[in-house]
Amino acid sequence: MSIEFIYPEFEIIRNESRCISCRVCEQQCANEAHSYDEKHKIMKCDESKCVNCQRCVSFCPTRALKIVKSDCTLRENANWPTETMKEVYKQANSGGVLLSSMGSPKHLPVYWDKILINASQVTNPSIDPLREPMETRVYLGKKPSKVQRTKDGTLICELPPQLELSMPVMFSAMSYGSISYNAHKSLATAATELGILYNTGEGGLHEDFYCYGENTVVQVASGRFGVHMDYLEAGAAIEIKIGQGAKPGIGGHLPGTKIVGDVSRTRMIPEGSDAISPAPHHDIYSIEDLRQLVFSLKEVTEYKKPVIVKVAAVHNIAAIASGIARSGADIIAIDGFRGGTGAAPTRIRDHVGIPIELALATADQRLRDEGIRNNVSLVAGGSIRSAADVVKAVALGADACYVATAALLALGCHLCRTCQSGKCNWGIATQRPELVKRLDPAMGSERLINLMTAWKHEIKELMGGMGINSIEALRGNRLMLRGIGLTEKELEILGISHAGE
Amino acid sequence: MKIEGQVRIPSGCAISAVISKNGNKMSGEMIVNSMKPMHDRSNGLGGGFAGYGIYPEYKDFYALHMFFDSRGTRKECEAFLKERFEIVHSERIPTRKIPAITDEPIIWRYFAAPLKSVLVSLQLEEKEFVAKTVIKINAEMSGAYVFSSGKNMGAFKAVGFPEDVGVFYKLEEYEGYSWTAHGRYPTNTPGWWGGAHPFTLLDYSVVHNGEISSYDANRRFIEMFGYQCTLQTDTEVITYILDYLLRVQGLTLGESASVIAAPFWSTIAAKTDFDDQKKHTYLRTMFPSLLITGPFSIVLGFEGGLMALNDRLKLRSMAVGEKDDRVFIASEEAAIRSMEPNAENIWSPAGGEPVIVKVKEGAF
Repeated sequence: MSIEFIYPEFEIIRNESRCISCRVCEQQCANEAHSYDEKHKIMKCDESKCVNCQRCVSFCPTRALKIVKSDCTLRENANWPTETMKEVYKQANSGGVLLSSMGSPKHLPVYWDKILINASQVTNPSIDPLREPMETRVYLGKKPSKVQRTKDGTLICELPPQLELSMPVMFSAMSYGSISYNAHKSLATAATELGILYNTGEGGLHEDFYCYGENTVVQVASGRFGVHMDYLEAGAAIEIKIGQGAKPGIGGHLPGTKIVGDVSRTRMIPEGSDAISPAPHHDIYSIEDLRQLVFSLKEVTEYKKPVIVKVAAVHNIAAIASGIARSGADIIAIDGFRGGTGAAPTRIRDHVGIPIELALATADQRLRDEGIRNNVSLVAGGSIRSAADVVKAVALGADACYVATAALLALGCHLCRTCQSGKCNWGIATQRPELVKRLDPAMGSERLINLMTAWKHEIKELMGGMGINSIEALRGNRLMLRGIGLTEKELEILGISHAGE
Repeated sequence: MKIEGQVRIPSGCAISAVISKNGNKMSGEMIVNSMKPMHDRSNGLGGGFAGYGIYPEYKDFYALHMFFDSRGTRKECEAFLKERFEIVHSERIPTRKIPAITDEPIIWRYFAAPLKSVLVSLQLEEKEFVAKTVIKINAEMSGAYVFSSGKNMGAFKAVGFPEDVGVFYKLEEYEGYSWTAHGRYPTNTPGWWGGAHPFTLLDYSVVHNGEISSYDANRRFIEMFGYQCTLQTDTEVITYILDYLLRVQGLTLGESASVIAAPFWSTIAAKTDFDDQKKHTYLRTMFPSLLITGPFSIVLGFEGGLMALNDRLKLRSMAVGEKDDRVFIASEEAAIRSMEPNAENIWSPAGGEPVIVKVKEGAF
């Protein structure tokens, strides 16, 4: 070993009395952490290759395996935590920018966990969703400011294009390329079955999935990969991706090793070439440029599809949201800084942007103060982890939520946060055929449907408890929320009272 | 302790109403008496009435009923009003001293018309101007409160049991073609005079029994359009929603009812009348934030009519009865019987089904 050595983060503990040397762990680990010693007829392991994805643990037929955090420690130092020291070693070794995957694991405030939900007692009856209708359907899109009538007084029942969702949740953008064909197929079929939408991300739409178009948001990002006329027409809505919560202000980079076969064809770039999305859209250097792109997309799709503008939650989000609401966009999606990613520079992921709770609250209030909240729908993403988070987001002012990490967990992801390696043992963040086939789209879809069905039940229970029988009556209903352990300033920004008030 | 307006006070209640379709005048005594059998639905912390057709001699002027906390506030407010209105008559609203009603503010009424020159310079239509002025006084002028602002109608309200409030305001001396009444049961702090019902804006008045669970969603939406919910009461926001839908958006009463007590999506989907289905889908999609959930029964009073409406689950009692040209609405049948022992066709309207009664054209 040498000065470059960094002790492995995990240890693989094998219970030898249980191990039957069936070699399942070896077959399942694309990182090659497990191996079989023919000579001694025993299983061996190299914990330096382990990413703690739990694949071997889940598939070991005798429960002989567990992965634990290594107890080999550096000398404790409050100013120099082990993680920080290791990052210095890595950079001294490589000279490179540190890369990470998925949402930030840092100890930063999760406001959802400091917000509590109300329930009815005595003065107002709670409603049992098993016995009474409980509505979770939402329509996303611009609402006109004035009712129009014909000369004889009949209502003109026409509205700008609206997206109908059976519940206030959509699967958020994950590109084909960053995740596998089977992962996309699972999302597309589940969204269709659930009556919600999934999002292509910036990698184009595989030709096999055009049939799910009514439940698809097609994304136009700065690299414009896979964007063509049929693609724009295929989706129910078009999303202009300006930014992403995990990496505000920077673009994307899908390495050439993942640009193979169908991924290359779908992205419309040569095999093996890196897919680099620029940091800005080079035709959007200002808000008036955004307006032009919004209307260009509307023009080519004959004003039949709502246009979503997705931005990362950054300091000036309220003013940005106001600008977008006046740009002709129908929907604003705000992605908080805890949102996931297939790969992002660690420093950006952990230090840039603001929490979705604060961004959502401040944007919703600003749009109301300016009287333009009706111009747009608001979609909140960036770590929505449960039905309770959805209910809190809607009560703060969101029309719907974007969910991605929770969806990946349903597909098997164990948040090992090494998507950038392309060796996802769960068949999600990989293009290696032998790994991709591990994710059965039928099973994946069923698990996504299960998850969302469970959330829907929970949303209804929470709504019923508040005496609310339609999700519209929850939207922006901040009186239903109370903060716990928050400062005056935090409460002011969230627009809620403290518990007990 | 925080007073109403600084804190939201939910309340249960009793409501009652009567209207003559022929426009025949009825004294206020009957509606006051109708509240007696429902005494236990109030707790003495608020009662009130609205009468329509009560000021025929001033029918072309806005009747501004106001509470003031001091003479100084009244003088200040009058100076403000005189810059904007021609006031043709002003007086104390006559009241009776009774032990049941105490701590009354200064209660005044003005019969006024907006100055044309002001309307022209502000480029505002008359009703919009009056509504804006009322909201401005209520939100910004501490100690002054407009509790009624329509033409040829007026609200009368106080802290007390409704039957005492009626005696206090000498309602037997007024005659109107329609009346609404309210007894209040606020759930925590003593109600304030302004927080009693009816709640009004222009000629719209609302009496309401219930506690809506959609309150803050409704409030935060309607406040985008210049309304300010100064009292944090359900009835206030319902009044503003109805003013917005009826006057600003120009919806019909039925359409407005379909917005605030919208049919369930499943009901809309089951409709066989395609145009009706389209209309309801449109209204729900267009005004999702004005759907009111939670229990309510309301009676909306307006020039020439009444509309009664229950929440879509019918979580509050409300009965309707008829006799000759008169229609009665109340939280309990007993109240209807007290007004007309021989009332006929008594029924409970279904949740979300508006009961609209209009005085025949020209009779009011």
